[in-house]
Amino acid sequence: MISTITKEEIWNYLNEIPDPEVPVINIVELGIARDVELRNDKVIVSITPTYSGCPAMKVIEEDILRVLKEKGVADVEIKMVYSPVWTTDWLTETAKEKLRAYGIAPPEKTSSDKSVLTLHPKVIACPRCRSTNTSLISQFGSTACKALYRCNDCKEPFDYFKCH
Amino acid sequence: MEKTTNPLFEYCLRLGDTSLILSQRLGEWCGHGPILEEDIALTNIALDFVGQATAFLKYAAQVEGKGRTEDDLSFLRDAREFRNLLIAEQPNGDYGQTIMRQFLVSTFLYYFYGELKSSKDSMFAALAEKSLKEVTYHLRHSSSWVIRLGDGTEESYKRMKSAIDELWLFTGDMFDMDEVDKTLITQGIAVDLNKVKASWDKKVKEVFTEATLAIPENVFMVKGSHEGKHTEYLGHLLAEMQVLPRSFPGAQW
Repeated sequence: MISTITKEEIWNYLNEIPDPEVPVINIVELGIARDVELRNDKVIVSITPTYSGCPAMKVIEEDILRVLKEKGVADVEIKMVYSPVWTTDWLTETAKEKLRAYGIAPPEKTSSDKSVLTLHPKVIACPRCRSTNTSLISQFGSTACKALYRCNDCKEPFDYFKCH
Repeated sequence: MEKTTNPLFEYCLRLGDTSLILSQRLGEWCGHGPILEEDIALTNIALDFVGQATAFLKYAAQVEGKGRTEDDLSFLRDAREFRNLLIAEQPNGDYGQTIMRQFLVSTFLYYFYGELKSSKDSMFAALAEKSLKEVTYHLRHSSSWVIRLGDGTEESYKRMKSAIDELWLFTGDMFDMDEVDKTLITQGIAVDLNKVKASWDKKVKEVFTEATLAIPENVFMVKGSHEGKHTEYLGHLLAEMQVLPRSFPGAQW
């Protein structure tokens, strides 16, 4: 029943929705789900894109509507917000650890990163063997949020979730 | 095509259309990049531009208030109704020419969004901040390639030099200001492009110097994007981009 639903319950449901491209973390941990508002009988969920053109946004919208409907919440509006701008700083340590375990090196330190202008890529540890003897293969990877690195010790290529 | 009377709508179109047309051009590289990493880079950048275009055109549609959507604006307007910068529609040429176009535009957008993020229009301010993050690494990508190719082999230098010759005449259009700009600048919404020009000149000179490339002098500048006066290339680009929704009106994905 919609009249008895709480914001907390909605947040719990959102916590069950994995990111379509990095399914080990959910859309709350990733910072995509920004706000939940209850207005009369309506639930308004605010989401923000990671990257402007992230093709997963459409899927995420559909997932939210589907999951909430399954839980009996039918009157849902998805609101797209652009401010504050999404940043990898919002990823929790737990989420970063999940990324690492999944084979993706998590974003290093903060997003306000001037190395982007100086052409010197940061030192990124290999998510498998933890070696810091790694090199950047491509600043652009399999999705907008990832760069491609190689470990010079264990020889494995790996994705790095870029600071943004 | 008559100019619309709403300056804010015009301004939204300028921003959205430049991103949209550039994304279409970059998308043409999909599967044709000189190396896999660059194929991925150019299409990733194209994707950022699609996202930015969607946001700005969605806002344009909202400002216009005539029930059109961002898709209607993208697929159902003709060339004369587009307000993208002339440089955005120029053909890809070889990889060097694409990179040069990208560098000249990214440098512009980098400083432009740097200013627009202080706009009194809260939607512009938010979208500018979002876009700036993306344009920053686009600029890093293209400037590093301009340097590598300009200061590379005899052949790569020659190609970068000819890319400049092809594109330089369209750079004046980026800084052209008309009544729309003036009206919105007074309201604290739009960006004073003279400010952007000063930073753009400095950055381009810095990168060109490192790339051993010269800034052309006394070049006649072609303008007209504000009036929808485009080069011959835009119509061809739109024909390809719009063919599906034009051939099958109302088609759904």
